[in-house]
Amino acid sequence: MLEIKNLHASVDGKTILKGLDLAMGPGEVHAIMGPNGSGKSTLSYVIAGRDGYEVTEGSILFNGRDLMEMEPDERAGEGLFLAFQYPVEIPGVSTMNFLKTSLNAIRAYRGEDELDAMDFLKFVREQTATLNITDELLKRAVNVGFSGGEKKRNEVLQMAVLRPSLAVLDETDSGLDVDALKIVGEGVTSLRSPERSMLVITHYQRLLDYVVPDRVHVLADGKIVASGDAGLARELEEKGYAEFSKAAA
Amino acid sequence: MAVTQETVQTVQEVEKYKYGFVTDIDTDTAPKGLNEDIIRFISAKKEEPQWLLDWRLKAYEHWLTMEEPDWAKVGYPPIDYQDAYYYSAPKSAEEGPESLDDVDPELLATYEKLGIPLHEQEVLAGVKNVAVDAVFDSVSVATTFKETLAAHGVIFCSISEAVKDHPELVREYLGSVVPYSDNFFATLNCAVFTDGSFVYIPKGVRCPMELSTYFRINAANTGQFERTLIIADEGSYVSYLEGCTAPMRDENQLHAAVVELVAHKDAEIKYSTVQNWYPGDENGVGGIYNFVTKRGACRGDDSKISWTQVETGSAITWKYPSCILQGDRSVGEFYSIAITNNFQQADTGTKMIHLGKDTRSRIISKGISAGKSQATYRGLVKMMPNASDARNYSQCDSLLIGSECGAHTVPYIESRNRSAQVEHEATTSKISDDQLFYCRQRGIGEEEAVALIVNGFCREVLQELPMEFAVEAQKLVGISLEGSVG
Ligand SMILES: Nc1ncnc2c1ncn2[C@@H]1O[C@H](COP(=O)(O)OP(=O)(O)OP(=O)(O)O)[C@@H](O)[C@H]1O
Ligand SMILES: [Mg+2]
Repeated sequence: MLEIKNLHASVDGKTILKGLDLAMGPGEVHAIMGPNGSGKSTLSYVIAGRDGYEVTEGSILFNGRDLMEMEPDERAGEGLFLAFQYPVEIPGVSTMNFLKTSLNAIRAYRGEDELDAMDFLKFVREQTATLNITDELLKRAVNVGFSGGEKKRNEVLQMAVLRPSLAVLDETDSGLDVDALKIVGEGVTSLRSPERSMLVITHYQRLLDYVVPDRVHVLADGKIVASGDAGLARELEEKGYAEFSKAAA
Repeated sequence: MAVTQETVQTVQEVEKYKYGFVTDIDTDTAPKGLNEDIIRFISAKKEEPQWLLDWRLKAYEHWLTMEEPDWAKVGYPPIDYQDAYYYSAPKSAEEGPESLDDVDPELLATYEKLGIPLHEQEVLAGVKNVAVDAVFDSVSVATTFKETLAAHGVIFCSISEAVKDHPELVREYLGSVVPYSDNFFATLNCAVFTDGSFVYIPKGVRCPMELSTYFRINAANTGQFERTLIIADEGSYVSYLEGCTAPMRDENQLHAAVVELVAHKDAEIKYSTVQNWYPGDENGVGGIYNFVTKRGACRGDDSKISWTQVETGSAITWKYPSCILQGDRSVGEFYSIAITNNFQQADTGTKMIHLGKDTRSRIISKGISAGKSQATYRGLVKMMPNASDARNYSQCDSLLIGSECGAHTVPYIESRNRSAQVEHEATTSKISDDQLFYCRQRGIGEEEAVALIVNGFCREVLQELPMEFAVEAQKLVGISLEGSVG
């Protein structure tokens, strides 16, 4: 469902991804771990199609289609979702309105009718209950004044509402207290399904205790330098990245 | 009766400005140019009393001695005031329709196309609780819900009718807020104004519905000079909205309106504008010159006047809705969204003149510039010697889209009372790539994302609009910015 081959990408003329390969099947959960600055967020931006992230070599296929040909909003319409490491504030736009606008945009892309207001409300309420998100938060402007944990839960809420076929979660577990981690972990796990693949970027084993990955990859200096099963994540947490980074050098 | 033909949808394919069609209708037009005879012609057409003609002529004489102002940050080639028509009326409306059934169907169709319902039963069936006065070029063609309003003692009619039916009110208040000698464009308006709306709310009456006027410029080379007068007697309340559109033409057309509001003791007037005159094309050709004088007097204690404006149209906007806070504890508010795109220029803001004690004013201005446009906020807050403990709060935010546009904030503050306080905040920002990308990752197309972000930026002002119009205004914000990114 996702097939990345020999991906080279640069930002502002600086090469960050240097020949990355990754293949994921439907319903699979893969984790990516790696030191700060190794290019994890860059990878997520390249997959989502952010301006300024230039692919200089290689390819990304999503359900057999060339992602590079598509605008970011088209990629979202095709079922791609990115939970941001640093969610963005949009003053004056209520979280509820934002959710509705994006859901309807994606439905329109797929040739589906807009959800009517009542159905939408009901649907959102079902999602917010499990994520412990209050109505008060939904009324507030998107991410404005949200705590770190609230921002991350809001990302998971959007994922729950938009039901992507591929979700890239960029450090969705960072900055969460134990309770919030549990909520997010269980929330993400509940969204796991045979139709939904997830690429989970994280520094810690703790999220992977909830969302047990099928594969774990180590990204260092713009390349995947090691891959393994769920056990690799635990190994990394004990030993650190030092020997993998050496391997990359 | 008029020879009515199919309305020509000349510009359907010319994207954005969907109000740019021309209605092909028989008109009665005064000869080109401006002189005393033209003024006498207009006055005679309207069967005006002598005092009004005298007032017009006095204004004209004064106008001849005045110079066009050049202090605003707008540039345009000199206007040839002799090269325009000052009176144009659809022939069918000349005699003045007795009821809606007498209104030319062609005109009704035009307003329908503009989304303005003139059939009362349709309005009644819908969600909107709005009475409409429709002004087409120089005359009012229809006013709805007159009887319903009359039952409450509310007078809502065209100013021409008011001159005939309520001369004592018109004579008392006309020019009492904006005197005939006020400024170049207002003085010109006094001399040649053709129509506009008149509202009187009697003591203690809360107007039972929103009142609105739709102004439409149709005829070519015609200036539109409408005059609106709203009087809220003691303890009354009214919410009034004006909307404006014009066809797309290559020539610039002048629109110089005057609006006067009077709020007596404990009265409140809420005046909202959605201005969507034709802005010119993407190369800056054509569009309306919108040179407007709007002023409200809070005459009585505890009165309140609130201006809310969404200015998205016109090639040039020159407009400063103001409040004269005479009554003690009176309140003036100005909420503004000004959007400029392509080559549009807007120099707009407000004046809050504090005369009474404990008077309050609040200014929230949101300027959005895109393309090669220029937007200036120009505001004056004046605390006069008797305005003890008066307060003003001003907040002016500018949002830039792209790198070729400009935003300027020019606040003037004059305080002659030590106990008065003035607070001013200003910000300038850009739509960030982060915000755009975040929205687009959520499936929202680029233009819709810009509209969403800009609507968020304007929220404080949009929420001041009557509910009936807020949704339309939000859409308009999006439409005005089409083509501004990517
Ligand atoms: N616009 C830019 N210009 C130059 N360098 C950039 C730019 N954006 C990112 N980089 C660099 O690219 C490298 C990879 O950044 P990226 O954000 O992908 O790392 P990461 O693996 O997500 O790190 P972290 O674990 O800290 O989130 C870093 O060295 C970063 O400084
Ligand atoms: Mg990162």
